[in-house]
Amino acid sequence: MQVLNFILVVFLVICALAAGHTKDLLSAVVIFASYSLVMAVLWLLLQSPDVALTEAAMGAGVTTIMFIAVISRTSRMEK
Amino acid sequence: MIYSFWIQILEHVNYIGAACLFVVGLYTVVTHNNFIKKIIGINIMETSVFLLFVSIGFVHGASPPVLTLGDTGGPFVNPLPSALILTGIVVGVSITVYGLSMVIQIHQLYGTIELDEILDTEESKDDSPHA
Repeated sequence: MQVLNFILVVFLVICALAAGHTKDLLSAVVIFASYSLVMAVLWLLLQSPDVALTEAAMGAGVTTIMFIAVISRTSRMEK
Repeated sequence: MIYSFWIQILEHVNYIGAACLFVVGLYTVVTHNNFIKKIIGINIMETSVFLLFVSIGFVHGASPPVLTLGDTGGPFVNPLPSALILTGIVVGVSITVYGLSMVIQIHQLYGTIELDEILDTEESKDDSPHA
């Protein structure tokens, strides 16, 4: 469990760096959705399933839909 | 000695990871001109704070604070950070959506969502002789 926790935290840091680094806003949002899902698994590992449910529904679901809606109304590429 | 050091690091990896995530999110907010990138950075910062809080309330070998049939009453993790963070996630989503609505307004007003281009537009407005 400790090793899985370590792997998930390293994955989170890599996801955060990649979301900041990419120029394509749509792929940044998809990377952020995967970040939120891995964060939900980490909540489950930390024995708080209510937070995991909320994070998976809100962080990975609603936030991603809102970001994609805004990107479709504005521009996809960062300058 | 060295071995126990790495065991300590492995046991407190959540705190280190939360600090790293906060710094990465702050870097994203400060160095990018794009507003959507800034909002993603704010989200990363807030989830890092949530990770720190829930890790403080975690107890090794404990079960979630939920009553089940035939419960032994064994050690539970602290439910207070979970309850606070549950509210914090909802507040974070509302902040994100509010920021995104302002991004749409800015795009309608200026035609761009890059901060430096907006500042250039404003400066050229100020420099233009209107008297």
